[in-house]
Amino acid sequence: MNPLVLVGPQPLDTPALLTALEDAGGGGVASFTGIVRGDGGLVELRLDHYPGMTERALAGVAEEAARRWPLLAVTVAHRTGPMVPGDRIVFVGAASRHRAAALEATAFLIDWLKTRAPFWKREGFADGSARWVDARAEDDEATARWG
Amino acid sequence: MTIELLYFARIREAIGVDAERIDPPADVDTVAALVDWLAARGGVYADAFADRGRLRAAVDQVFATPDASIVGAREIALFPPVTGG
Repeated sequence: MNPLVLVGPQPLDTPALLTALEDAGGGGVASFTGIVRGDGGLVELRLDHYPGMTERALAGVAEEAARRWPLLAVTVAHRTGPMVPGDRIVFVGAASRHRAAALEATAFLIDWLKTRAPFWKREGFADGSARWVDARAEDDEATARWG
Repeated sequence: MTIELLYFARIREAIGVDAERIDPPADVDTVAALVDWLAARGGVYADAFADRGRLRAAVDQVFATPDASIVGAREIALFPPVTGG
């Protein structure tokens, strides 16, 4: 089973990604989609990343999920570059024979991705100001709970 | 041994370039020693690396701790904690 890893500035086609997971022949598909929020007057979210390492890191996260759970398919997709509120920024999903593996693997994928892939968010606001988003301790804790 | 050094996000902005070639002395053999060596240049380097607790690194595209060896490394990246997802 080869994980599907997608990184780039194009919009995430989550219906197509879900259909591909549904076609893997399992009994269950689970997924998580992250959406850009417009909190606090945010008008743009820009995602910088480390080309080359990003793809390796995401493949590593997907392969780790496939090692821990009996998955029939796994997808990790992350958008890069400028986005606006409402845009999909990340999609992770898994297909398995039964629901538990797909659900648990999906939670694992997004928790690990947040702390183990080289992405950086920069928020732009209506008044023209911009700031880099600080890493959150909760994300480290969410990763740590998977051991 | 020439190393390609890459900077990302806040670190890149602080230093003002996204990459440079470096040739550190042999005794600069860990990530932490490299950061010390760069910070000793002063100016924007000292500022960019003032808070080591908010600095992360990758050696040849794999996350690395401060005590990780850089001997034989071809590409090293320095950046703030990641914020994807």
